Amino acid sequence: MQPLELSAIDLVAAVANGDLTAVECTQAALDRIAALDPGTNAFLHVDKASALAAAEAVDAKRAAGKPLGPLAGLPVGVKDALCTRDMPTTCASKMLEGYQPPYDADTVARLRAADAVIIGKTNMDEFAMGASNENSAFGPVRNPWDATRATGGSSGGSAACVAASMSTVSIGSDTGGSIRQPAGLCGVTGLKPTYGRVSRRGLVAFASSLDQIGPMAHSAADCGLVLETIAGHDPLDSTSLDEMVPSYTQMLEEPLAGIRIGRVPAHFGEGLDPEVAAAVEEGFRVLEAAGATIHDIDLPHAKYGVATYYLIAPSEASSNLARYDGVHFGHRTSEPCRSDAFDSPLVEMYCRSRAEGFGPEVKRRIMLGTYALSAGYYDAYYKRALQVRRLIRQDYLDAFAKVDLIGGPVSATPAFPLGEKTDDPLAMYLLDLYTVTTNLAGVCGISFPCGFTGSGLPIGYQLQAPALAEPLLLRAADRFQRLTEWHRRRPPSA
Amino acid sequence: MSLSRDDVAKVATLARLALSEDELAQMTSELTKIVGFVSLLEEIDTSSVEPLAHPLGTTNVFREDEPAPSLPVELAIATAPKQDGECFLVPAVLGD
Repeated sequence: MQPLELSAIDLVAAVANGDLTAVECTQAALDRIAALDPGTNAFLHVDKASALAAAEAVDAKRAAGKPLGPLAGLPVGVKDALCTRDMPTTCASKMLEGYQPPYDADTVARLRAADAVIIGKTNMDEFAMGASNENSAFGPVRNPWDATRATGGSSGGSAACVAASMSTVSIGSDTGGSIRQPAGLCGVTGLKPTYGRVSRRGLVAFASSLDQIGPMAHSAADCGLVLETIAGHDPLDSTSLDEMVPSYTQMLEEPLAGIRIGRVPAHFGEGLDPEVAAAVEEGFRVLEAAGATIHDIDLPHAKYGVATYYLIAPSEASSNLARYDGVHFGHRTSEPCRSDAFDSPLVEMYCRSRAEGFGPEVKRRIMLGTYALSAGYYDAYYKRALQVRRLIRQDYLDAFAKVDLIGGPVSATPAFPLGEKTDDPLAMYLLDLYTVTTNLAGVCGISFPCGFTGSGLPIGYQLQAPALAEPLLLRAADRFQRLTEWHRRRPPSA
Repeated sequence: MSLSRDDVAKVATLARLALSEDELAQMTSELTKIVGFVSLLEEIDTSSVEPLAHPLGTTNVFREDEPAPSLPVELAIATAPKQDGECFLVPAVLGD
């Protein structure tokens, strides 16, 4: 039995009934990483010894007849934005190079408590800012379907490690599409849960009113399995929702008959690649075949989503990233700091440490956010963006009074060549067109494969659902995957 | 609208980023483009719309004011770039 060819659900069942050991699963993942990751760069850190030790502990537990956790033996890649007490947490930034946090993120702690095995930390755009994974200070991730192309971002490493079956599932984070877009470009399934569904404690903060952790896997059912473990209230994150966590995997059987799915005609306008458009339209037909009905709807303010997002997210980032001051953790300049050009040696130390530690995109976002929040511009930019955010959320509330789900594309194009968009920050921002409004409204969304281009690149389909409607969202995606084989395709290299 | 080099230098000071002249020039042109793009929002009448800072209707969350263990000092400062075992060390704030 090849552990990495199994779904997460089948793998944990095989470990539970003794057909596989956790050590076998972990060793298979480590071997595959050793063989494939030099060409992919999906992982920033892999700790063989501690992964094997965790797996041995799971096997010892089973041998002693003790009950196993729900993810026992499951190899998981974790985005390097989540704190791990036994591995570095760098956010793919020179600012945090070598930083090892003194505690585990809530999600990491829950994974360990469920007996999952954390295989390593995955590559990403620096501080999760980017849509191609090219903003990593440690090199881009290469798309397993075509090594000359980008994975998307910012959770590019988490998407690629699942696509290439270097781990069975992974954890990403999604502030404006950072789980769904790379899932789409890499041919995997990625879920952005409702804001607050998963605790953000220990997720290095980017934009706190938008950030959300979620699972990536080969199927919606596997995403549901992982969400059951990582979702739930955390008293140490005051924005985490104190709501019961349903058994997502137990709720997949109900048919889709009577479910209304919205289609936004404006999503199919200029800029959408024709092959993507055709595959996504075909996706609606599949959902119809599963019993759903399709209805054209309008999200009138969606066209303002990217502009709204690129005021709110950088504003929150400029505030959150103020903590990197060269004092508490992270990089500190080795310059003497005695220049008259600064108010004091302390201010000079701040300015130089930050300038040396942050990469170009992070600096750009900090600058943009600082500008939008500064005296004289606050009302024109930040406050106005918050007002439009309310209009965007209202659009969703109005739409979800008429339909149960909203379907459509996740990205306008399939995976693009590395380097194609790196010289034009605005072109990169516009890639977030179909995903940012989900975060602005705080609802949930999922991306899964709905076809391939003629040249063999995956195409993603996005479904969005109201707040806390993950059971329906996962059910619809699972129904789609029972009727199609796209999610079973694996890249030639894998 | 167009940003000047001096506007951008002022923002860099506020953001505590020491940018080189080259970076300032590039940032000026990029921020001008981005700010021009986000100005798209000006076409919406928002006069009667309440700002929405957060997607949830969350209000303050309180807990009982009871002492509990927190991160030990040695762990909290272990990752600091400069520390003396008890405190974070910074350059002189009021001169040498």
